[in-house]
Amino acid sequence: MIRYEKVTKIFGFGGKTVTAVDNVSFEVEKGDVVTLLGPSGCGKTTLLRLTNRLIPITRGKITVDGRDIMDTDPVKLRQSMGYAIQAVGLFPNKTIYGNIATVPRLLKWDKQRIQRRADELLTMLRLEPEKYRDRYPAELSGGQQQRIGVARCLAADPNILLMDEPFGAIDPINRVGIQDEFLRVQAKLKKTVIFVTHDLQEAIKMGDKIAIFDQGHLIQYDSPEMILTRPKNKYIADFVGADRGLQVLGLRKAKNAMVEAPYRLIEASTDTITALKFLRDNELNHATVIEKERPMGYVTPSMLKEKDGLVKKIAKHYPIQIYPYDSLKDVLSAMLMYNIRLLCVVDENHKLLGTISLEDIQTSIMEIYHQTQKDHFQCISGNL
Amino acid sequence: MHIWQFMTDHRAKCLMLTWEHIWMVTIALVIAIGIGVPMGIVITRHEKAAQKVINIANVLMTTPSIALFGIMLPLLSLIGQGLGKVPAITALVLYSQLPIIRNTCTAIQNVPAELVDAARGLGMSTWRRLREIEIPLSIPVIVAGLRTAAVMNIGIAAIAAYIGAGGLGVFIQQGIARVYGEMIVAGAVLVSLLAIVVDTAMALLEKLVTPAGIKIGRKHIDE
Repeated sequence: MIRYEKVTKIFGFGGKTVTAVDNVSFEVEKGDVVTLLGPSGCGKTTLLRLTNRLIPITRGKITVDGRDIMDTDPVKLRQSMGYAIQAVGLFPNKTIYGNIATVPRLLKWDKQRIQRRADELLTMLRLEPEKYRDRYPAELSGGQQQRIGVARCLAADPNILLMDEPFGAIDPINRVGIQDEFLRVQAKLKKTVIFVTHDLQEAIKMGDKIAIFDQGHLIQYDSPEMILTRPKNKYIADFVGADRGLQVLGLRKAKNAMVEAPYRLIEASTDTITALKFLRDNELNHATVIEKERPMGYVTPSMLKEKDGLVKKIAKHYPIQIYPYDSLKDVLSAMLMYNIRLLCVVDENHKLLGTISLEDIQTSIMEIYHQTQKDHFQCISGNL
Repeated sequence: MHIWQFMTDHRAKCLMLTWEHIWMVTIALVIAIGIGVPMGIVITRHEKAAQKVINIANVLMTTPSIALFGIMLPLLSLIGQGLGKVPAITALVLYSQLPIIRNTCTAIQNVPAELVDAARGLGMSTWRRLREIEIPLSIPVIVAGLRTAAVMNIGIAAIAAYIGAGGLGVFIQQGIARVYGEMIVAGAVLVSLLAIVVDTAMALLEKLVTPAGIKIGRKHIDE
């Protein structure tokens, strides 16, 4: 756990001083990704650099697991925390292996262990070790370089990662890819991460919590959902933007909004007359046809009317299947694109987990806005 | 070819003086590296000192060599070394300082800020950072400074014959005194050849010490 207590950083002397970080207090829980968000010059990078003593603190205290960082030698402190920056800063005179090996070598790991670790990290970040190990940074694309930057930061397996816009130099398309990659890795590693960004989308996507800064002040420190649904003041509301209702859609997963099976289901072997009766009795305009626990399509009353035989002959196939961790934004987008009001949520074996309709999405969003704070937090922890 | 005749007739003398010349310049260069490179590194850590040190080195280099020998004569006479190799080598060391210090300092200052930031942030000590990042990246530029110093010193060492330092300048000096054209030209040709050979060799060294990763980077930029 990292605790910031009344941290203040003032640059300059005498009359020309700038207060970059002003009396900031908050805590970062172990295993959480906290994004520091704000416009440039708001103090977020300064705060990050105070954490590993790249710049000295003016007033206040930072503790890591209860220990004041001022009690640790700065070089040792930095070795114990991963560090990745926007400019990447791969050493051009060292190979990819040499770059990844930087901190393990400082910690005097034996060579075999470093080699194993480097290969493991390259594999984890989906770069073939045999192909990339002995190359130089100049031979890699920008995206690959940033991955190596992340690998180098993870190399000695530090518990804490400090990342200053680590994906900032990549084009938007590749950025989404590397963000997903990082989240996938983080889900396994459960590092405590402080992640500086000026991009709201990235902050929402990456952060378990977001700390929003303005001119050195910490304005709000909350979960992404709370920031979006309950911005503390106008500054935050303006910062998160008028489309924050849509942003919430991006946060919620299909599994939070779906109606679990069995509901609105018809077996494939049912005949059309029984099926039509089922729909009319339950006042449904739509039902899912399943076969061996897998959704095979859907039927509506108009499709069944004046038809004989089994429903599976008539059922229309779903244009797309939804997985539990797809965001509601993607689900809604699919509904609009295919002009369909209901879709099936399936597991990786294509077995039906539940269904999700336009109304379900609406209900789910309303829930967030109307929940009490306590329920809300439970809901978030259930999400992650 | 009178000059060729002169050189073959005085083969032993030619070799001896060339060797003396090389020896003088080499000793001076080694001492100059010992002083200049650490100085160049130290002043990157102290910006105020940097300007002063470079200004002093600048003044030293602008002083004409004959004048410098003149100034050193009474000073080094105090320890009984007013003439000969000691003042010559001292002068060469002083002349070498500007290209060596300036190139070292500039090269280290030009290491991209993000590399220094990454190195510090990952927990490299100042010394380690110097050894693993800053010096390897600066070496080509430092060697370029040595190249300038070496070639320049070969020329200045020829003048040092006037204070009895020996070397190929002896041919030129004595040739002038004796109005012996072949001797003057032989000295001049040998000094020039030496300068060209050393320059080429140092250029090769420059390429050799450039880290592989940097060469690749340059190639990519050229494409």
